[in-house]
Amino acid sequence: MSDSFLELRNLTKRFGDHLAVTDLCVTVPQGGVLALLGPSGSGKTTTLRLLAGFERPDMGEIIVDGRDVTGLSPAQRRFGMVFQHYALFPHLTVGENVAFGLARRDSRERRTARVDEMLALVDLTGFAHRKVTELSGGQQQRVAVARALAPEPRVLLLDEPLSNLDPGLRERTRVELRAALAKIGVTTVLVTHEQEEAFALGDRVAVLRGGRLEQVGPAHELYERPQTLFVATFVGRASEVPAMLHAPGQAQLAIGGEWAVETPHPVPVGSPVRVVVRPEALRFAEQGVRGTVVGRRYTGARAYFRVRVGEGITLEVEAPVHAAQIGQTVGVVAVRAHAFPEKA
Amino acid sequence: MTRRPRGVWLTLLLVWIVVYPLALVFLDSVRGDGGWTLRYVVEFATERREWSAMWASVWISVASVALAAAIGIPLGFVFERVNFPGRRVVGALVALPAVLPPLVGVIAFLFLYGESGFVARAVASLLNLDGAPWRLQGAGAILLVHAYSMYVYFYLFTRAGLARVDSSMIEAAHALGTGPLATLTRVTLPLIRPQLAAAALLTFMTSLGSFSAPYIFGGGFRVMTTQIVASKLNGDLGMAAVETAALAIVALVGLALLRRTQGTDLVAAVGKGTPPPARTLIRPLARWGAASVGWILGGVLLLPHFTLILVSFVPAGTWTTELFPPTYATVNYIALVTEPERLRPLLNSLWMAAVATLAAVGVAVWAGRLVVQRRVTLRGAIETLVNIPWAVPGTVLAIALATTFSVRAPWAGRWVLVGTFLILPLAYLVRNIPIAAGSILAGFRQLDPSLDEAASSLGAGRWRTLRTVTLPLLRAALLAGGALAFATALGDFVTSIVLYTFDTRPISIEILGALRQFDVGMAATYGVVLMLFSATAMAVGTRR
Repeated sequence: MSDSFLELRNLTKRFGDHLAVTDLCVTVPQGGVLALLGPSGSGKTTTLRLLAGFERPDMGEIIVDGRDVTGLSPAQRRFGMVFQHYALFPHLTVGENVAFGLARRDSRERRTARVDEMLALVDLTGFAHRKVTELSGGQQQRVAVARALAPEPRVLLLDEPLSNLDPGLRERTRVELRAALAKIGVTTVLVTHEQEEAFALGDRVAVLRGGRLEQVGPAHELYERPQTLFVATFVGRASEVPAMLHAPGQAQLAIGGEWAVETPHPVPVGSPVRVVVRPEALRFAEQGVRGTVVGRRYTGARAYFRVRVGEGITLEVEAPVHAAQIGQTVGVVAVRAHAFPEKA
Repeated sequence: MTRRPRGVWLTLLLVWIVVYPLALVFLDSVRGDGGWTLRYVVEFATERREWSAMWASVWISVASVALAAAIGIPLGFVFERVNFPGRRVVGALVALPAVLPPLVGVIAFLFLYGESGFVARAVASLLNLDGAPWRLQGAGAILLVHAYSMYVYFYLFTRAGLARVDSSMIEAAHALGTGPLATLTRVTLPLIRPQLAAAALLTFMTSLGSFSAPYIFGGGFRVMTTQIVASKLNGDLGMAAVETAALAIVALVGLALLRRTQGTDLVAAVGKGTPPPARTLIRPLARWGAASVGWILGGVLLLPHFTLILVSFVPAGTWTTELFPPTYATVNYIALVTEPERLRPLLNSLWMAAVATLAAVGVAVWAGRLVVQRRVTLRGAIETLVNIPWAVPGTVLAIALATTFSVRAPWAGRWVLVGTFLILPLAYLVRNIPIAAGSILAGFRQLDPSLDEAASSLGAGRWRTLRTVTLPLLRAALLAGGALAFATALGDFVTSIVLYTFDTRPISIEILGALRQFDVGMAATYGVVLMLFSATAMAVGTRR
């Protein structure tokens, strides 16, 4: 790829017998923001630590702007990192923290100017002489971002950047962080286990599982065209139904009934599949799969209904609040569904 | 990638100065001029004197633990749980025996309770006796000194444990219908068990290695440490090696047994609340009764310190039969500063302790960096190695170093250092490593490892990270560990007596010399100077 600025080539890291990251290949264009999304143990944090240089890969290379940086120490890499718990130096002031990474040969005036510029960027003008221990969690997070950006890193790394904030503050900080990244235009890799965060901050999202890359792409692509069963169920809400592919694009459900499905990977006709369907792609109807409404969760004008359609199988249907009552027998049809080969 | 595992150099260094000398002593105990021999071992095993010295070491240590616990635990409870006038001041005074280096405490006791000490003279003049009413000698005298200097461990650890016991647990016990005594035995004591076990371990190891008290007060009563030094001074090196090995084994067995009683720290796991507030005594009688008992106790505990200061103003040869010395003058202090031969031991101790402390702090920082890092294969080994010098008595280390560094064999890592100015700083260093490492490793464990990574991702190299991030954050731990190590090295007697040379004689050896010439004033003067340096070091070390 010609437009790749940061490239991870066949990155592999093993701890003892455990493969933390396996053969990972991803690229990020100049100024792009890549979100690594996955459950705990998926290898996303290890990937970030490999990028930062805190761990050495057993195989593979990390390329920045056409140069291999795999052998460089963290200090030589010029990557900025924002740590999950910020890792601000408690014995230094806000200003001294931000100035820590600036070249020491620069004049004092230039460094002060850069610190002020960075603090202004994160909306902390005038905080330079405060102690970091006096700051709120949100302010500390912004100092951490300012400190990482001050030395003009080639790549910015963010480890769960919002996980330590209150839910109320998280939303606002996310918007501000997004704006700051866009303004600086720095190539960024961030790690998160929250889909919402990944979708809001990353212009592309890489879904990891067990150290392997499942799928990478823009958020809407992951949501609308999942390539694997894992991505289909991990990203967004979805119900799963076992089925049999009895004709191309036609699945015979184990609970009775037949749905039209898309198959991202070719599946031989007659083989068992797992059908994944999102709540907004299901409708109540006269015909369709029969089931009983067993639960309802309000989210305002719309509600999520849980419809029990078989032994241990429940569909989640998004519909207007009064579309059905608990205990009512209903029919459900799918507007759009994906089928994936059943694991052997 | 095939890389040398991290921590190899530190491991090698520690093995060379800690394990290797001990191993050589063990070897020497089964080796004579003509090769391998069990002669010394057999001699040791069949000699009654040896067995009685070993037995004395063990029972004195066990009895010291019992005595120190009997004094220290109740004191800890009283000062932590009861409020009375002067509680804070007396509570601090009670910890003061800790600032007396062992030998200084022993000579203070000698001047106070010895056969020609103040108390004996007072009793004699009251009862019109001709001679001394008692002799401060034998096991009883040793136990008295041990109880005085070691109850502090139980006192401090009990207070620290009680300060962390959540009051809601005590209240829960009361709410379940448990009386005060049952609450104490079934809730409070089990909760502070780890602290009590740690104090017991510390007391046991300290008294097993205790040398000053048995040396000065033992008379014909020998414990293993004095027995070893006697064999060494008699030139019976094979026997000294067997005795050293035997004492080391007893120390390690004791350590292992006591470690097992420690249990897990339950308070840390569940306790989050605050301890119950100290109960304020309200009735005037109880209030002032407690206060006066407290002040009298504080006075008794401070008597040795006052005695030392008083005696330090006695010119040589002026105090014979009087109850109190007739003449007081500052000649001893003036001599100490103006006579080069008097000043020399002080300067020797200062520079040797300073060098040993700096080196020990350096080793501890090196170890700390490795121990907190992920995936340093040798970190378990390093943690064990830095603690070994603490687990074996000082006499054992001194004999081990004397054995190792009295032979020139560079290919085997041995040089002749005994008799040079290097051997004492080396011995102090080995003894100081666990002392410095105790607080410095704990400091490292409290550091967020990502601070280190943050510094390196911001472009700081290893040295800059250490200088601008790690060391400033560890300041309190460095000061505490360094001060304790410095004070210990400054007052060292047990290794010095085995390894000193005339030119590098430290203060403790000079105190002994002054005592031998019956110059009690000069001995006390050195003692006061040592006490002041120790107290200053402690004050600096505990400042936050």
